[in-house]
Amino acid sequence: MGAFQRLGQWSLSVLERLGRGHVFLFRTLMALGPLALRPRLLIRELYSVGVLSLLIIVVSGFFVGMVLGYQGYITLVDFGAAEALGTVVALSLVRELGPVVTALLFAGRAGSALTAEIGLMKATEQLSSMEMMAVDPFKRVIAPRFLAGVISLPLLAAIFSAVGVMGGYGIGVGVLGVDAGSYWSQMQANVDLFEDVMNGVIKSMVFGLVAAWIAVFEGYDAPPTSEGVSRATTRTVVHTALAVLALDFILTGLMFGDL
Amino acid sequence: MHFARGDRKIFDGVDITIPQGQVTAIMGPSGTGKTTLLRLIGGQLKPDRGQVLVEGQDVHRLSLRELYRLRRRMGMLFQSGALLTDLNVFDNVAFPIRENTRLPESVLRHLVLMKLESVGLRGAWSLQPSELSGGMARRVALARAIALDPLLMMYDEPFTGLDPITKAVIVSLIRRLNDALAMTSIVVSHDVAEANSIADWVYLISDGRVVDQGSPSQLQQDASAWSRQFLEGLPDGPVPFHYPAPDYLDDLMGGGQS
Repeated sequence: MGAFQRLGQWSLSVLERLGRGHVFLFRTLMALGPLALRPRLLIRELYSVGVLSLLIIVVSGFFVGMVLGYQGYITLVDFGAAEALGTVVALSLVRELGPVVTALLFAGRAGSALTAEIGLMKATEQLSSMEMMAVDPFKRVIAPRFLAGVISLPLLAAIFSAVGVMGGYGIGVGVLGVDAGSYWSQMQANVDLFEDVMNGVIKSMVFGLVAAWIAVFEGYDAPPTSEGVSRATTRTVVHTALAVLALDFILTGLMFGDL
Repeated sequence: MHFARGDRKIFDGVDITIPQGQVTAIMGPSGTGKTTLLRLIGGQLKPDRGQVLVEGQDVHRLSLRELYRLRRRMGMLFQSGALLTDLNVFDNVAFPIRENTRLPESVLRHLVLMKLESVGLRGAWSLQPSELSGGMARRVALARAIALDPLLMMYDEPFTGLDPITKAVIVSLIRRLNDALAMTSIVVSHDVAEANSIADWVYLISDGRVVDQGSPSQLQQDASAWSRQFLEGLPDGPVPFHYPAPDYLDDLMGGGQS
């Protein structure tokens, strides 16, 4: 087979998979309605997807905030603007690092777990058995996990940013001697609720949708073998990371640039 | 009915009638598509040509809602059991009832205990699937499959990988449940002795076609050479022991290509 044919075959398979992914998303969205009548299913998934991700989010957010505090201070102090540290830390977290790093951590912690769980359910015929028991796996398995991911990620990103601001405060004010009043007042004056915070929230909502979609789709589409599930889990992390970074560029351009 | 996976034909004009109220065994060598046939009957796969009729309804022309309604009257025992690993035995058996009915918990509890009693595992209601032996898991799966009192029950290789005692238990359960619940049963298997012992009618399939059919006694007396080889488990016959190869002597003397 020539290189041109191989390229064509690869392109067709990518397009076919994209098509399957979109049909899958449509079926998942259609299955969200009945979930309103069974909130327990959603609450259980919110716990395993969201609450169990809290530790890694809080610890990472704190460290990222402390690093931002250090790096920000080192740069700002040369210009005699150390009191702007609070603004730098908050804007970096709320606009970019909060949504992006949370989405990457989410893919590694919750996304991979969702893929593995659904993939194994498929490999052990649990999804097939549900179908034969007249239970739609989209309503019972896929939709609750998808919605839990979509809801959890923006909340986790908000917690990440809040903890990061505290980390920056600890280093900036506690260790490096920046004035506490300046740290908070500069932040309050320069961080805009709509332009900065809301745009960050929109980003994390988009990332949540994409990360949850990729995670549940990869699990559902995984070949029902141990190798298939393993590859699907890896693909979830890689594809989510690439999608989040690419989308972040596009969204940043739309929100803050001239795109 | 015709069905293919890619270029490989699985069924090439298969025509099977399942008699109501009886146990029908579908037997054939591994890889002949016996499990695929059950998935086609259950509407999980779609034939390329032909139709699958259950109670006069063409399974593959039904809407998703109608298909799920029909599946409430079907039960399927998977080879692996396919128990939901995050639920205990009681909740596994209760699962189809909870999902498809609005029965109060007290009634549901009675139903589940009755189903578990019928497979001899009422005392195991609180165990997790990981605590069950292979045979117990299959009996729990059987209790779950009959939870909605199906009219049509399908068994996918129910005897594979079981010890003789458990195998005998499953054999007797299939027959007893079929008669007691007035079901129609389809048993897909390549365990000839066990399937023959409970089947009223047997279909032998190979290479995408029905090779032979009849009652177990009819097949023992009047079967084709292929069927006899399969039913008696002979190592050589119409299905040759040797994979096609060049002449043995030539090969040993270095004249062959291997």
